[in-house]
Amino acid sequence: MLLAKIVGTVVATRKDPRLVSNKLLVVRPIDPRGKAEGNYLVAVDTVDAGVGETVLVVGGSSARMASGMKDCPVDAVIVGIVDAVEINE
Amino acid sequence: MQLARVIGDVIMTRKDENLVGIKLLVLQPLTPGREPAGRPLVAVDAVGAGVGEEVFFVCGKEASFPFYPVEPPVDAGIVGIVDHWDLG
Repeated sequence: MLLAKIVGTVVATRKDPRLVSNKLLVVRPIDPRGKAEGNYLVAVDTVDAGVGETVLVVGGSSARMASGMKDCPVDAVIVGIVDAVEINE
Repeated sequence: MQLARVIGDVIMTRKDENLVGIKLLVLQPLTPGREPAGRPLVAVDAVGAGVGEEVFFVCGKEASFPFYPVEPPVDAGIVGIVDHWDLG
């Protein structure tokens, strides 16, 4: 899974029927220390996250195992809002 | 599967219902020479690993198999704690 920061929202009127009423957000992956890295992603939100929050994003076919995502055409889903990341190297 | 070192943990209160009770750890993938290999990632723990330990982990949907019949939405999971490794 990836840590990411939510940077925006996506609005789409014409879309796959199984995506109707799902919230789509633009997220930017971050490293565990909070530094942005990599490409932006569009992810489905299943936990009522909002812009500016740090979240956990699941990718690939595992994304469909999130609550309410069964058989949906998605490959990135937000499954949690991160309270804290503790790094101890 | 890949080798990694556990370098931290992630705390979440609001999360998918199938993630409740599952420990999330931050991993730094390693080369066999113990050099960092690629970006750190977050993985679920199926074996009771802790910070500082060397482990191996699976990527993809298989990461949820240790929690069967629950199917948590996870794409990386620790499936073993490494005692040591040897290169020929």
